Amino acid sequence: MRFFLRRLAFYAFTAWAAITINFFLPRVMKGDPISAYLQKNQGKVSPEAIDSLRTLFGLDSTKSLWQQYIDYWGLLFHGDLGRSFSRGLAPVTDIIASALPWTVGLVGLATVFSFIIGTSLGALIGWRRGSRADAVVPIATFFSTVPYFWMGLIVIAVFSSTLGWFPASHAYGKGSAPEWSLDFILQVVQHGALPAITIVVASLGGWVLGMRNMMMTVLDEDYVTVAQAKGLKPRRVLVNYAARNALLPQLSSFALSLGFIVGGTLVMELVFSYPGVGKLLLDATTAKDYPLMQGLFLVIALAVLLANIMADIAYAILDPRTRQMEA
Amino acid sequence: MTTLEFSHVTKRYRVRGAGDMLALDDVSFTLHSGETIALVGQSGSGKSTIAKILTQLERATTGDILLDGKQIPRRGKGLRSYRQQVRMVFQDPFASLNPYHTIRHHIERPLRLDHVVPSDEVETEVRRLLERVHLDPASTIDRRPHELSGGQRQRVAIARALASRPSLLIADEPVSMLDVSIRLGVLNLMADLQREANLGVLYITHDLATARHFSDEIMVLHHGVVVERGKSDDVILNPQHEYTRALRDASPDPDKHFADPSAPAPTRS
Amino acid sequence: MTTNTAAIVAAPAPGPGHNRSTWSRIGQSFAMFRNPKSMLGIAILGVFTVLAIFAPLISRYDPLQKDYTALRQPPSGAHWLGTTHMGEDLFSQILYGTRGVLIVGFLTGIIATFVAVAIGVTAGYVTGWKSESLSALTNVFLVLPGLPLIIIVASQYDNPSLFLIAAVLALTGWAWGARVLRAQTMSLRNRDFVQAARANGEPLPRIIAVEMLPNLTAIIASSFVGTVTAAVLGLTTLAFIGVIPITNLNWGTILYWAQQNGAFPDFWWWYIPAGLCIALLGMALSLINFGIDEYVNPRLRSAGERARAMRKKGLSMASGVTIVRKSTTPTGGEGDSPAP
Repeated sequence: MRFFLRRLAFYAFTAWAAITINFFLPRVMKGDPISAYLQKNQGKVSPEAIDSLRTLFGLDSTKSLWQQYIDYWGLLFHGDLGRSFSRGLAPVTDIIASALPWTVGLVGLATVFSFIIGTSLGALIGWRRGSRADAVVPIATFFSTVPYFWMGLIVIAVFSSTLGWFPASHAYGKGSAPEWSLDFILQVVQHGALPAITIVVASLGGWVLGMRNMMMTVLDEDYVTVAQAKGLKPRRVLVNYAARNALLPQLSSFALSLGFIVGGTLVMELVFSYPGVGKLLLDATTAKDYPLMQGLFLVIALAVLLANIMADIAYAILDPRTRQMEA
Repeated sequence: MTTLEFSHVTKRYRVRGAGDMLALDDVSFTLHSGETIALVGQSGSGKSTIAKILTQLERATTGDILLDGKQIPRRGKGLRSYRQQVRMVFQDPFASLNPYHTIRHHIERPLRLDHVVPSDEVETEVRRLLERVHLDPASTIDRRPHELSGGQRQRVAIARALASRPSLLIADEPVSMLDVSIRLGVLNLMADLQREANLGVLYITHDLATARHFSDEIMVLHHGVVVERGKSDDVILNPQHEYTRALRDASPDPDKHFADPSAPAPTRS
Repeated sequence: MTTNTAAIVAAPAPGPGHNRSTWSRIGQSFAMFRNPKSMLGIAILGVFTVLAIFAPLISRYDPLQKDYTALRQPPSGAHWLGTTHMGEDLFSQILYGTRGVLIVGFLTGIIATFVAVAIGVTAGYVTGWKSESLSALTNVFLVLPGLPLIIIVASQYDNPSLFLIAAVLALTGWAWGARVLRAQTMSLRNRDFVQAARANGEPLPRIIAVEMLPNLTAIIASSFVGTVTAAVLGLTTLAFIGVIPITNLNWGTILYWAQQNGAFPDFWWWYIPAGLCIALLGMALSLINFGIDEYVNPRLRSAGERARAMRKKGLSMASGVTIVRKSTTPTGGEGDSPAP
C-alpha cells in the first residue's frame, strides 16, 4: 500500500511541476504577441476570452504573480486553456480534443503493438542465442537508430508515390467527414497504415535488442537452470520463467521512454500530415500561436504522465515484489 | 596502555513497514591493548553492528564509547585521531579492496592520511608493511586485488589496518571467507602481529574453536545481548548459559557417535 | 606453530614502479573499449570525425555554392552525391553538415553527463530525504516529454548558438544517466571497500572522486554515448522541423531543404544519404555502447560463443541442462539427448 502512495505522491508532484512549468513558460518567453493580437482584434474578442488570455499569459501586471498563479489554476479547473489565434479564436480545449484521439489511436496503438512484437522477438532471439537468429542483431541495431521521420519519408516515397499502395497523408480522404460508417473506418485504416508501419518498424529494433539482452542475463540465473533440470518443456521455461522475469525491466524502460517516443511520433505526424497533437503543435509553433502551444504542452505532458501511471500499474501487477517491499 | 570502553550501547534500526529492530541491547565491554577478546554469536546476533559502531560507520542509538576514559568526538580532528587508533579488518577479502586500485594505493592511503611517516618514506613503509604480513613486496605492490588470492588479499587488508599504527584492531570474521587450509596461517599471523605491537584485538567470529585458540576472553552475543563472558577455557569447558552450551554442542565432535547424541562428550585437555 | 605462505624477499629500492602503474591504470580505464563491437563503432565514428575536420580539404565546392547550370543532378563524376534544386553540391553539404552534428552532439553529451554525474552520484551517496528529493527531481525531468519543450523553447530564438542548442538538448537529456548513476552509486556505497575508506577517515570528496568514480567509469561512458546518440537524433529532428534555423548546417537541415523543395520521391540522392548518415552514426555509437555493455555484463559476452561451440559438437543449448553424450566418438551427432 505504501508503495502506491509513494508513486501517487510522485505523480502528483510531477503533474504539479508540469503545470507550473507551463505557467512560467510564456512569462519567460520573449515578446508579447498577445497584446498585439488583442489590439488588432479589439471588437471580436469577448471579455471572458480576454480575461482568460490575460491570466494565462501574465499580461495583468496589476495582479501579483501569486494571484496570477491561483487564477491560472482556477482556469484549468474550468477546463479553460484560452483561445487559439491561428484558428479563429476557437477554444484551445476543443481544438486539442479533436486532435488527441488521432494521436492516441495511431501512436498509442502502434507503440504498444511494436513493444509486444519487439519483446516477443527479442525473447526468442535471446533464447536461441548463438544461432543464426543472432544475425538479426546488427539489423535491429541499424533500425533502432534510424530517425523516425526519415523512415517515414522513405516509406512514403516507396509505398505511396512509387507503388501507390497507400495514401501518403491525412487520416481520411479529402471531403469526408468523421462519422461511424464502414467506409470512413476503412479510410482511416488505409490512411493510418503507413504511419503505423513506420512507427512499428522504427521502434522495433530498440525493443528487440533490449529484451534480448535481458533474456541473456536472466537465462544465466540459477532458477532457470533449475527449471530446465526439473524437466519442464523448453517452451514453458522460456515463457513462464525467463521471459516473464526479463519483461519487468523492459516494462520500466518502456515507461521511461514514453517521453522520447512522443517526441519521435510528433514529427511523424508532420511527415504524414496526420491530424494529431504533434502536427498541431508544429503548426502552432510556426504560427506563433502561444495559447495553443501552451495548452498542447500541458496536455502532452499530462498524457505522458498518465501513460507512465498505467505502465507502473502493469508493472506492479506483474511483479509481486513491488507489492510487498518498498523501493 | 589504551583502553576502549563500550558502555551500555543500544542500537535500534528503523525498518520501513516493520517498526524498529533492536540490534544491540545494553551491551558493555572493555578492551585493553595487549589483550584479545573474542565476540562469538550466530548470524544476526549483532556482532557486525558492534564493529560498525566501534569504527563509527554507524552511530549508537544510546550509550557511549570511551577511549581512555574520554568520549569519542563526533567529527573533525578528534574523530580522525580516534580512527587512527581503532582499525578494522573486514570479512570479505573480495569486497574490502577497491578493484580499481593497486595494492600500493590501498596501503599508502592510510599512511598519507594520518601522516604516519614523512612523504619520502611512504614507499619504504608500504614495502615494510607488506613484508610484515609475509607478502613479497616486489611481486605484490603493483598488482590489483583480482590478481591475488583470497588469503593474500586478507593479508593486504591486515597490512592496511596496521598502517596507521593503531592500538586496537577489530577483526570482523577475518577468516570466514578463506579456504579452511589457510585460515590458521592468517590467524597465526594476526596473533604474531598482536604480540609484536601489543595490540588490543576484538576478534569477531562464529567459530568457537578459533575463538578459544586465539583469544584470552570470550564474549557470547545472542540477539543483541551479551549472555556470557569469561576466560576462553572457562566459557568453552564450563558454559553457564544454555545458548553457549548449544553453541558448543553444535561443533561436530569426532569422538561422539551420531547415533547416540546423549553420550557426553569426552573432556578435552 | 607458524606457517608462511610466501617467502620474504629483501625489498628492492623504490624505483619506477609508479610510472608503470599510472600507464597501466590508464590502459585499464579503456579496457571497456577493447572489444570488436566497440572498436568497429569507434572506427566509424573516427571516419566521420576525420571527414568533419578535413571537410574544406576534401570537398570540392562550398556547401552553399550555387550552380544554376546543374540543378537537381543525379550523382555524377562532378558531383558525387548529386545536386540540390539550387545546384548546391550535396556531398559537400553532407561533409560540412557532419561538423554541426558532431559538435552539438558531443557538446550536449559533455554537458548532460556532467550534470548527470553531479546529481546522480550525489543522490546515490547521500541518504534519506536528500536522496529522495534529488531522485524526484530526476524523475520529473525523465517523465516530462522533452521534444515539445525543446520545440517551444527553441522557437523563441532567431539564431541560437551551438552552445545554446546543446544546452537545451542537455536539459532534457541528463535525467536518464542520473537515474542509472544513482542506482549504481547506491549499490557501490555499501561495498566494503567504500566502508573501509570511510573507517580510515578518508574525506568525502576523496571517497567519491578516488574510490567510487573509477568504478563508475563504464556506466558514465555508456551514459555519455547514449546522450550523444539522443542529441544527434534530436538535433537532426529539430532541424528537419525547421525549429532550428538553417544557419546551422547539419544533416537535418539538408532533409529540411529536401522536403521544402519537392525532393520526394524522385530525387533520392537528396534525401537518402543524409538519413543514412544519421543512422550510420547512431549505429556506430550504439555499437560502442554494446561493447561497454558486454564489458560490464560478462554474460552478454560469451553467451553467443559458448552456444556456437556447443552447437558445433551437435549439442543444443536450449534443450536441456545436463547434456548426455551417448557416443564417445568426437563427432557428436544427434545421438545425444538431454537428460530428463
